[in-house]
Amino acid sequence: MINQWLVNCLSWGLGCLLLVLANLSQAGTFEVVEREQALIKAKFDQKAQIMASWYEADQVQAVHLMQLMLNSQLYYFKQDKRLYQVEDASSGAIAQRIHDGVLITLKKKRDIKRVSINNRLRSVFRQRVVETQLSAIKPQDRLAAAEAIIGDTTPELMATIARLRAQEVDASVLAAFDLVLAVATLHSSDEDQQRHSIRLLGESLYPASLNALTGFLLTYPESRLKPMVSKYVEKIKGKVDFYDSLETIYFGLSLGSVLVLAGIGLAITFGVMGVINMAHGELIMIGAYTTYLVQQLMPDHIGLSLLVAVPAAFLVSGAVGILIERGVIRFLYGRPLETLLATFGISLILQQAVRSIFSPLNRSVETPLWMTGVIDINPLLSLTQSRMYIIVFCLTIFLLLLAVMKRTRLGLQVRAVSQNRDMAKSMGVRSEWIDALTFGLGAGVAGVAGVALSQLTNVGPNMGQAYIIDSFMVVVFGGVGNLWGTLVAGLSLGVANKILEPWAGAVLSKVLVLVFIILFIQKRPRGLFPQRGRDAKG
Amino acid sequence: MIRLLNNDTGGRWLIGSLLLAIVLIPVLNALPTSSSLHFPTYSVTLLGKYLTLALLALSVDLVWGYLGILTLGHAAFFALGAYAMGMYLMRQIGDRGVYANAELSDFMVFLDWQELPWFWQGFDQFWVAILMVMLVPAVLAFAFGYLAFRSRVSGVYLSIITQAMTYALMLAFYRNEMGLGGNNGLTDFKDILGYSLQSDHTKMALFIASAVALIIGYLLCRFITNSRAGKVVVAIRDAEQRTRFMGYRVENIKLWVFVFSAMLAGMAGALYVPQVGIINPNEFSPLNSIEVLVWVAVGGRATLYGAAMGAILINYAKSYLTVELPEVWLFVLGGLFVFVTLVLPQGMAGLLKRKGTE
Repeated sequence: MINQWLVNCLSWGLGCLLLVLANLSQAGTFEVVEREQALIKAKFDQKAQIMASWYEADQVQAVHLMQLMLNSQLYYFKQDKRLYQVEDASSGAIAQRIHDGVLITLKKKRDIKRVSINNRLRSVFRQRVVETQLSAIKPQDRLAAAEAIIGDTTPELMATIARLRAQEVDASVLAAFDLVLAVATLHSSDEDQQRHSIRLLGESLYPASLNALTGFLLTYPESRLKPMVSKYVEKIKGKVDFYDSLETIYFGLSLGSVLVLAGIGLAITFGVMGVINMAHGELIMIGAYTTYLVQQLMPDHIGLSLLVAVPAAFLVSGAVGILIERGVIRFLYGRPLETLLATFGISLILQQAVRSIFSPLNRSVETPLWMTGVIDINPLLSLTQSRMYIIVFCLTIFLLLLAVMKRTRLGLQVRAVSQNRDMAKSMGVRSEWIDALTFGLGAGVAGVAGVALSQLTNVGPNMGQAYIIDSFMVVVFGGVGNLWGTLVAGLSLGVANKILEPWAGAVLSKVLVLVFIILFIQKRPRGLFPQRGRDAKG
Repeated sequence: MIRLLNNDTGGRWLIGSLLLAIVLIPVLNALPTSSSLHFPTYSVTLLGKYLTLALLALSVDLVWGYLGILTLGHAAFFALGAYAMGMYLMRQIGDRGVYANAELSDFMVFLDWQELPWFWQGFDQFWVAILMVMLVPAVLAFAFGYLAFRSRVSGVYLSIITQAMTYALMLAFYRNEMGLGGNNGLTDFKDILGYSLQSDHTKMALFIASAVALIIGYLLCRFITNSRAGKVVVAIRDAEQRTRFMGYRVENIKLWVFVFSAMLAGMAGALYVPQVGIINPNEFSPLNSIEVLVWVAVGGRATLYGAAMGAILINYAKSYLTVELPEVWLFVLGGLFVFVTLVLPQGMAGLLKRKGTE
């Protein structure tokens, strides 16, 4: 996560840098060329000096260059004697020119040469880079920089850190500084100080502090503080386990939300109407393709397009659903197995139609920026935002659907028709109309699920197939005709899957869950929450 | 045997034409290539493949048409039989694999295994393989059916869990740890019973074996459906509760028919593999099982000969269309599903019957 964050920071920094450079390019071009060539030609002991004066002139760029040199990513082309950033120096790689950001494809590996540094330069540069980062203006930047160097410092850095700590005002950054220092004082000869450090580290949750403490156990096997350290190590390990399982549950819930989303439309068509709709997966697929189309129509507003896609997918899939109901299913009521076959045929036709229209290749739907990123709860637990959105979206759809079924006139009529068609008819409910609308509702919800799934998987003609079996499992496991059952079933299957995954592997855990459901249905053929009383069918 | 085919015009036609094919096709195949009547060997193999699929359709018709269980997982039994045969064929390769290891197959060497896994033991014997071809699907069908029928899972629920079964098996077989070739499955077969699979004679023999298997399978199914037990089977399909209250052990009858059908499907798979030359986890895919249903539905449910006929015709159409008009094939298949269920619930056999009575 921190790596991810650093990459983000770096690329953001690079962006700023380019902006600044674009402004400066007129005025300072000559100077920049001169400095770059000086750096290329310089011997090791001169490089420190050159970078120091560069640092005076342009701090942001100098730090960037020093970081590149530390990561062995700074090169120059032998031809033009300019500096480039190259992440992986092999032929065909991309090189980015430092002063204007132009990208160039590398033809031959020997065209470029690395700007090399030695260990002494390494420590000088590192000191500079860390110092700059630690004195960043934003507290969260300082915090991230401090967190990154816990357990990873040199004696030279310690003096700097002690100095910066004295100026620091932000409490969380101060705490991080203390931890950085504590790792060092762990090895001091003063036992009180050692004890203090151990306590500090033991109370924190950083993986680095755990490493420091276990390192302590190895370095000083005879120390009197050993029991204390062991106690803290156990405590941190316990917390690590706890947060690991929290994270597993979070992953499980988000997987479960996907299952619920995929299954909830089926809970309407299969659960309430008793129609086995094998084309359900394809209705999801249509929703995903609608998302793709909407995004193609408004390429400049990726975030907005996703919001537009939700109602659009509902309408498109719903319309297709109503067509299927009117065209085929209404002739097959009361013959569930025939319905199964006919809708399966429809699913094949829809698949091939999409394949013919959009090509068999997968389409990629872009994820808007506001969906990416992580929420850091603490150093051990960070939650990916996209998963959070899926969970929230799933619950929203679920509650909306529940409200429609329980609180609206349509819902009332749907339930009436599903419970006793003849009685409902004699009360003046237009049952045929209700059938079409109910099926359209289920299909539309499948389409909305497709919008969410388009953010998680590839959008392709086969995507529906991947979800149809899972959807049926969720609905059957939860108990047909029960929306709450679908929710509980989907979420618990998702969590179960994620709990099994670490020791069984992704595929085997899926197989185990399937086998479990097969066995479960033997025991309770009507699912977790069966319908009871006179409404119960069969 | 003849009595079995009394009142079964379709069956007589089917068996008659199969016998005719057994005699005629080797003769036509032996004609010089220049002759217009020459029947090329690749068509023989293709026809042999259709016959094995017809046998699979027969097994599905038995449980769907007569027993009323819409199985969405019969391809699993087919594929298990095919895998058992594939394992025998793999062992026959011996040291002619890429890694020239007499004991281990190529994929095992590739996965760096040191010795043959326990479940591969004995598969170098043909009789063990044939036994397993029947036994493995039978055991799975027994375990599955015993649980499902005893707890009276029926209708749509049963269909869905049969689908879950084959899906779970597919996922499992995709794993390399399963020890059955993972993704790639089993392939590169060389010999069967010491005869090269590449030779025309072996191909012809396999075709004849498939035809004979189909005839025997047909007669066995007809025997079951004509017997007193067969009447009960139909009674279960039409009124399960009533049959149970009349004192029949519905679960047991269902179970035996299901197990028999699984063995038939396994046999079909075993004959399919040497003619196709590969078996991989895709054969377990739920789509395959459902495709079988459309063969049976198009041919005509609960007629047996209709199922076989439908399988041959649709697979012929599939081979033709996937080559000539690949875009159209799924439209046709999907359209057939819809058309048959809406317009032609009795299938082609029903159409023929109607003509006969008019």
